[in-house]
Amino acid sequence: MCLGVPGRVVRWIDRDPILGRAEIEFEGICRECHMACVPDAEVDDYVIVHAGVAISRMDETAARQAQADWQAWRDSSPAADDAQAS
Amino acid sequence: MKYADEFRDRQAVAARLATLGEAATRRWTIMEVCGGQTHNLLRYGLPQAIDAQVELIHGPGCPVCVTAAATIDRAISLAQTPGCLVASFGDMLRVPGSSLSLQQARARGAAVQLVYSPLDAVALAQREPARQVVFLAVGFETTAPATALAVLQAARWGLTNFSLLVAHVRVLPAMELIAGDAACRIDGFLAAGHVCTVTGANVYEDFVSRHRLPVAVTGFEPVDLLDGLLACVRLLEARRPAVANAYVRAVSSEGNRHAQAIVEQVFEPCDRTWRGLGTVPGGGLQLRSAWSEFCAERRFGAADGEAADGDSRCPSARVLTGQMRPTQCPYFGRECTPLAPLGAPMVSDEGACSAYYRYGRVYA
Repeated sequence: MCLGVPGRVVRWIDRDPILGRAEIEFEGICRECHMACVPDAEVDDYVIVHAGVAISRMDETAARQAQADWQAWRDSSPAADDAQAS
Repeated sequence: MKYADEFRDRQAVAARLATLGEAATRRWTIMEVCGGQTHNLLRYGLPQAIDAQVELIHGPGCPVCVTAAATIDRAISLAQTPGCLVASFGDMLRVPGSSLSLQQARARGAAVQLVYSPLDAVALAQREPARQVVFLAVGFETTAPATALAVLQAARWGLTNFSLLVAHVRVLPAMELIAGDAACRIDGFLAAGHVCTVTGANVYEDFVSRHRLPVAVTGFEPVDLLDGLLACVRLLEARRPAVANAYVRAVSSEGNRHAQAIVEQVFEPCDRTWRGLGTVPGGGLQLRSAWSEFCAERRFGAADGEAADGDSRCPSARVLTGQMRPTQCPYFGRECTPLAPLGAPMVSDEGACSAYYRYGRVYA
């Protein structure tokens, strides 16, 4: 029910605060989505779309930082090293 | 798919499993609240892989499963009313009311339409001005912005043939009910990631400090799920009840202020009957009085009294609160299957029984 699919903003169709819409690409499939919850999203940003409405803008910086944090944590974990080697 | 494939990586999963094995000094009991998480945990075989470190308890986080039979009965009666059409999400059509589902009612001539979005129901009302279109609005905080936008769009277009039968539910009041139960044996929670995109991670701070239970905001891919479990286990091992955000690419501390404002404009919290849980204080959303012209119950009348929540044999209350595993039910996979469900948790893909039927019969 709370399925959310990440997609790329291809172009804005209408920037109305309530009826704003944009074309979003999901792996080559494009669909018109409502954008009132992510009015600051720009072309090439990734958003999470749920029930035809973009509800969140993906934070690339946070994603990279989380990946770096994990890497640092894993590097300090011998068990994870074993898993990597196997 | 960007932001998905890298979170399904086999090596990344293996590394996290190994780290979890090292991090846990005992077996912890953790509830994943969201049905989408239940579905993916079983899909990827994670409950087996982490069985030594974590006992997973599947929570009530499927809005389709917890919609009261009386609401479905009311939707069916509206769909049988001449000139009326009831629209809702696909999952919703198969949920049994007290005697029929919307799908079964449609087979008998009721006007029922599947839509992908509440805004599609508004477009339907605009295309068919001679019909009254009622949207059966279900969902958690994730879906509430879409329903609120549908109301704002219908108002902007001046539609008088669109209304809502509102069955929206809120996650946190249900978590309060579960955590406040004297029989609760849960050590920590995985919070529903897409609910949190709207509400933010901070919304759990007060809950954590009162119940002294850690909450990890968690996504849906296997790496996300393990990151959430690891975050929760690390907090438990450190004896530190706190909120951890393991889904930072999508969830901020404050959540989506635009979405919150849209929901706040249209809806207000109310008590709601959850199938299996009973009345959850503050567990639902209702239209604010300013938008009551879009309330289907005001336009067409409310349901007549209460209805039994489907087949009395179905122990859904115990399943939805984690007191019983689906495979412990005597009807699971026999009298009760996704094609012939006795109760709602077997209907939706995100219902715990349906997920076990599809992926988890090895756990029997």
